[in-house]
Amino acid sequence: MSGVRTDLAPTPTDFLDVRSMLDEQERLLVDTVRDWVGDRVLPDIGDWYDQGIIPAELAGELGDLGLLGMHLEGYGCAGSSSTEYGLACLELEAGDSGVRSFVSVQGSLAMYPIWAFGSEEQKQQWLPEMAAGRAIGCFGLTEPDSGSDPSSMRTTAKRDGDDWVLNGTKMWITNGGVADVAVVWARTDEGVRGFVVPTDTDGFSARPVPPKMSLRASVTSELVFTDLRLPGDAVLPGVQGMRGPLSCLNEARFGILFGAVGAARACYESALDYAGTREQFDRPIASFQLTQRKLVEMMVAVNKGMLVALHLGRRKDAGELAATQVSFGKMDNVAMALEVARTARSVLGANGITLEYPVIRHMNNLESVFTYEGTNEIHTLILGQALTGINAFT
Amino acid sequence: MKVIVPVKRVPDTAGDKVIDADTKTMDRDAGETVLCPVNEFAIEEAVKLKEATGAEVTVLLIGPDGAQSTIRKALSYGLDGAIQVTDDAISGSDALGTARVIAAALADVEFDVVIFGNQSTDARTSLVPAAVAELLDLPSLTYARFMEIDGDAITVHREHEEGWDVVESTLPAVVSVVEAINEPRYPNFKGIMAAKSKPLDVKSLADLGVDAAAVGAGDAAATMYAFEPRPPKAAGTIVTDDGSGSAADDLADWMEEQKFI
Repeated sequence: MSGVRTDLAPTPTDFLDVRSMLDEQERLLVDTVRDWVGDRVLPDIGDWYDQGIIPAELAGELGDLGLLGMHLEGYGCAGSSSTEYGLACLELEAGDSGVRSFVSVQGSLAMYPIWAFGSEEQKQQWLPEMAAGRAIGCFGLTEPDSGSDPSSMRTTAKRDGDDWVLNGTKMWITNGGVADVAVVWARTDEGVRGFVVPTDTDGFSARPVPPKMSLRASVTSELVFTDLRLPGDAVLPGVQGMRGPLSCLNEARFGILFGAVGAARACYESALDYAGTREQFDRPIASFQLTQRKLVEMMVAVNKGMLVALHLGRRKDAGELAATQVSFGKMDNVAMALEVARTARSVLGANGITLEYPVIRHMNNLESVFTYEGTNEIHTLILGQALTGINAFT
Repeated sequence: MKVIVPVKRVPDTAGDKVIDADTKTMDRDAGETVLCPVNEFAIEEAVKLKEATGAEVTVLLIGPDGAQSTIRKALSYGLDGAIQVTDDAISGSDALGTARVIAAALADVEFDVVIFGNQSTDARTSLVPAAVAELLDLPSLTYARFMEIDGDAITVHREHEEGWDVVESTLPAVVSVVEAINEPRYPNFKGIMAAKSKPLDVKSLADLGVDAAAVGAGDAAATMYAFEPRPPKAAGTIVTDDGSGSAADDLADWMEEQKFI
């Protein structure tokens, strides 16, 4: 027996039958998140995007689903595998990168450092509320003049008696304007430290970034700290130095390398559907060779990206995932998704630029995803260094 | 309070249904199978009872080993345990045969209320809940669009074409619910994770004391004589207006001809 069967017809939407590589619990999770996205996100996301809003009630719904901080143990968190967290990100981003960003920031950037480096009091105070979506978190690392080189940050925290006093500005902060708590990284005499900052503290202000054409269904803010006074126990006791924020970013990037596959899949499926129904020259445009090539290339790219994501997920669950392998996934899957989105846009022609279809929305979102959480260029240099042993950053 | 929710594994409602030409029954292995969507409304009522009264909720499924993923899906809503009745002899049972198996399984356990969906999305007979009630000699409260339990009393609003009847009974009772009764929640991830560790009690017909000859295709009260795929949709009638408004008359004539007006 050759082992190759001609009687099998793989489905166009999961050509390599990656679903067969998921266990029953993973399938239940995927189906649940996909149902929720289909019911709660897809019907309205075009309008939210147009208006530049994300409804506040989604936080509670995501909490009810158990997706906020789902990969953390205890404190109201579900304790999922990393692969499960990734699969949830994938399904959320098939809806919109803004919704996935909300979950990434809440779980990986705000809850994770409190969970990993926080005091017992900090954990008890914040994690159950954040897991339920009743408290929203944000993560302050990037500054107006400090992006890819975060260690050049200017925000400072100075001791004043037992207290800490923060001064500085953080930029491009997802959820900043709606957050109840900010995890802020600042320069101190002891190196970079993290602080748990309730956003109703005097001296804290948030304002929207300039009007944006990407991630419109997501809150992006500038945070300003002016003589913001915190008690001594507001510092995250468990970490000093850049290892703190960078470990959070590794968690979030891992979610993104799955999420991007979801955005790409949504674009490919939209193009496949459109090509089958749109007629020109008296036949569906799917009957033209140039369109078929685009469809096939998108399908292959999405399936390959999915295999990469799932493989990296399994490696992470086995405790064998290198940070440079996260860079591989983040760099290539987001670049793949952006390319697929642009190709899908061309298949949809003029309709592809409207919010009646998902592709231009995903395409614009992916421009942000391409840059945030380690730019494509930085991840390329991380991999270049891994290959050659030569640091080409500086 | 103890609640039983019978659930069914059905072909994915989005896919095509395949009838096996030899057995004239549905080929349940052709394509994805899912928890019958109507069951989700029954589960939601049970979960509400659990939240309000601490009720213990058990799902009951008649089906082969492969149906355990359906049980897990049902349990993921936070239910307490499951009973599976599996036996090759059950294959091909009609509604009455299925009801006999469910009734036997229910006779074997304690319960206060059984909550069915009013129909399954594959067979859509709506016969099983009433048949089970009859076999167990219990009150049958079908087509409930509202249900409320107060001590030993249950009240439902039974939906029909002209509105609803208020039906009251004592417990134990058998209820079937319609989709208007609630809006099912999504399972949460903790429930999904907990589902695999919930107790599952697997029983055969012999365990339940059911004569295999009384169920299955051989003893079915209903016989399928023939089936054929739904014919393709016929081309519609196009009424063209020549610019004089003639289409309005033509359309009215056509509707009268079809006895629409």
